[in-house]
Amino acid sequence: MKTKRPLLKSIGVGLAVALGVIIFAYAFQVTDVNFETTRSEVRMTGLTRVLRALAKPELFTRDTTEVDIQTPFYLPCPESGQMEEIETGGNEPYLLTSVPCASAKEMITVEGYNFPPNSSGPINFLTASGVSKQLANFDSDSDGYFNVEVEVPNRQPVEEAQHIVATIRTTSGPLKWTDTAKATWEKIIETVFIALLATAIGTIVSIPVSFLAAKNLMKDSTSTPTNVALAILSWPAGIWVGLKFTKWAINVLDPLSEQILVALAGSILFAGIAYLLVRKGLPAEDIAKPTRKTRIIRNVFLFGSAVAGLLAIIFFGSFAKLAGDIITEPLGVFGFLGNALFLLGDITLMLAPAMIAVAVGGVFASIVGKFGQSLNDKLSSSSLKVANLIFTSLAGAVLFALIMAGINWFYQINDPKIVLYYPLAIGGIVGFLLALAVRPKHPLPTGLIIYTIIRTLLNTTRSIEPLVMAIVAVIWVGIGPFAGSLALALHTIASLSKLYSEQVESIDDGPLEAIQATGANRLQTIVYAVIPQIIPPYISFTMYRWDINVRMSTIIGFVGGGGIGFLLQQNINLLNYRAASVQMLAIAIVVASMDYISSKIRESIV
Amino acid sequence: MLEIKNVTKIYDGNVLALDDVSFNIKQGEFLAIIGLSGSGKSTLLRCINRLVEPTKGDIIMDDINITNASQDELRRIRRKIGMIFQHFNLVERSKVMTNVLAGRLGYTNPAMSLVNRFSKNDVEMALKQLERVGIKDQAYKRADELSGGQQQRVSIARAMMQNPKLILADEPVASLDPVLAHSIMQYLEKINKEDGVTVICSLHFLDLVHRYANRAIALNAGKLMFDGSPKDIDDEKFKEIYGKEAERVG
Ligand SMILES: Nc1ncnc2c1ncn2[C@@H]1O[C@H](COP(=O)(O)OP(=O)(O)OP(=O)(O)O)[C@@H](O)[C@H]1O
Ligand SMILES: [Mg+2]
Repeated sequence: MKTKRPLLKSIGVGLAVALGVIIFAYAFQVTDVNFETTRSEVRMTGLTRVLRALAKPELFTRDTTEVDIQTPFYLPCPESGQMEEIETGGNEPYLLTSVPCASAKEMITVEGYNFPPNSSGPINFLTASGVSKQLANFDSDSDGYFNVEVEVPNRQPVEEAQHIVATIRTTSGPLKWTDTAKATWEKIIETVFIALLATAIGTIVSIPVSFLAAKNLMKDSTSTPTNVALAILSWPAGIWVGLKFTKWAINVLDPLSEQILVALAGSILFAGIAYLLVRKGLPAEDIAKPTRKTRIIRNVFLFGSAVAGLLAIIFFGSFAKLAGDIITEPLGVFGFLGNALFLLGDITLMLAPAMIAVAVGGVFASIVGKFGQSLNDKLSSSSLKVANLIFTSLAGAVLFALIMAGINWFYQINDPKIVLYYPLAIGGIVGFLLALAVRPKHPLPTGLIIYTIIRTLLNTTRSIEPLVMAIVAVIWVGIGPFAGSLALALHTIASLSKLYSEQVESIDDGPLEAIQATGANRLQTIVYAVIPQIIPPYISFTMYRWDINVRMSTIIGFVGGGGIGFLLQQNINLLNYRAASVQMLAIAIVVASMDYISSKIRESIV
Repeated sequence: MLEIKNVTKIYDGNVLALDDVSFNIKQGEFLAIIGLSGSGKSTLLRCINRLVEPTKGDIIMDDINITNASQDELRRIRRKIGMIFQHFNLVERSKVMTNVLAGRLGYTNPAMSLVNRFSKNDVEMALKQLERVGIKDQAYKRADELSGGQQQRVSIARAMMQNPKLILADEPVASLDPVLAHSIMQYLEKINKEDGVTVICSLHFLDLVHRYANRAIALNAGKLMFDGSPKDIDDEKFKEIYGKEAERVG
């Protein structure tokens, strides 16, 4: 046995090497590796030209002045033989051609005298009708003399004199930024802000999501079947009520909040009311178990506060929009502040229905959850089983119908039998069977289920490249930086949530246990035991992501996502490599400095 | 005050950690739990405040059954039970003061904790508890800047913030040197004698058991092997608890 080992092993190694050779040979084949092309003359000169252009970014310019020096030329030689005399001599620059006239395609020599030393410029052929064609460039020597051989162009033959013109270009004045440089500056700022916005939005959303995607926080949360069924029933109901209510409230308040002062007063007033009611409804300490009466009173206060809060939010949204609109003009250069206020109001009004719907859904779920808990505590096992059968069948029916409604939205089946009745029936039956199978008080791992769903969503989203997301975003909100920010923000959420949640999973459980043991609830445990432990890695990951976002935002413009990528792509397509070089330089500077800054910040925190 | 009735715990790897354990504790007792490593001491302590869910059996404190309490009830039960750990389990990056105040979380409204606010009374109480364990001057340092003995005192202060009826201490001195061990045990003794708080404490050293506990129970492979006064642990009992080859030290 022992003697065979080395043989087997070397056969194994041999096979592995052979496999490696095969894989790489195939890789050369499919990637079209061709060294012939890299050596070809044409491609070499092309490459040289581009590299030289890239080495000279079009950053600065000077004012140029142009002086035209011309000499008459006949195409073809006039039959009369009469031609203009040419003045020569003196100190002024003048041109001489080797022959005064010629026919098309003949080669002639053009000489220049008394030009400014070491000057350069184009030599053009100017037809009688005033159209010019460039023939060559000249470079004068230190005596201001040059001679260039040019071909007489193929132009309409005419009797009178046409002209050969040499344009002396002299640059003067101080160095100035080119238009390319200015445009690049503008776009690079835009790029940095796309990255900033995407990172900020991504971070804000990722933090709560990362807690839901952390196994150690989620694995202990379980619910009884009754509670799960009731949650499935109450969330959609709550969300629906919330949406309707918010839409209604916005409509009712709309005419009121057209006046900016009313809107301002409304938002302050209702925010105050909401705050007072919260203070009344949420005692700072709960020492003794509250009586039923105090609990009801508290809930009434909290409900009132929620309604007041909703009104305050809507009034604030209208106020911000109006105020932003008004102050944008007078602020002048700082008009963007007004615009930001307007956008803040707009986004508040846009998100209000969704946020409030989720909040109402949560409230419904928690009220119904309490009800389910009391059922669990009070009912006997068999009556609980019956209650369970009813709730679970209903929940199954609702869940299946909702899922089918989602599928229908994509595929437009629109047949009520398939879309509504079958799912209701099948869901009801599945729910019924599940309730039969599970013991009524058996805890279901709801935490792990939510964890798995969120992880799957994140992994799917993360595997879509931001460039692809940007294409979708461009279709949605049109070409521009907004599309780029959206795409990057979405990708940031997916990847940061994953990185963050891994940090949450790797924290020390000791403090977590200790805080739980004091009677802290889940929220308090997160605030006191989890957050202090994850702040440094969260900051470091955010900086790292900001770094990546700056890189990504430089090319997101390739697909219309705004930022510098658009300019770069344009210039590359126009073969304008000296301009493209400016943009590449800007990207390199920004990326390198972001890299440096973020590594410094990370160092100082961790 | 506390009844442990037929408690069994089987971890999901089919590990039988507690095997039908029953005993009662009276108000004001100082109970030591002894046993070999892996005998189930930590599991027993964690079952009492349900950091670990018992598989079978009931745990009843002051006529409330802890084992089937709802989340709300559990919160009210847990806040009356302080817990002290071998590795202190402080939130190291937070201030000492924040760690101590965390003992009040069971009493504060969760919404208030979101903005990190405690009442003035709580802050005063925290300072008093820190003074009691002799580290008031360290209140605004970060917890990880303190030595092991100081950290364990912080965790005692945290437990005392809960105004507890019962303190569970899981090998509170196992990672401290003998001198510090005695000073920590003396704090527990003081809490037990002066405040009348019942203490259940798992310990590895018999001399500590003799010195501080007025009753001891012993576990071996999850079974209750002994329940009585520490004085009654003679050589024969000792061999039963710790195995035939064990030698008595100290
Ligand atoms: N989370 C867990 N999952 C599975 N098995 C566990 C878990 N915690 C403890 N055990 C097992 O349960 C048994 C009892 O463990 P426990 O920690 O209660 O012992 P202990 O007496 O506290 O030991 P020590 O003195 O080393 O702290 C051991 O066999 C241990 O391996
Ligand atoms: Mg232990």
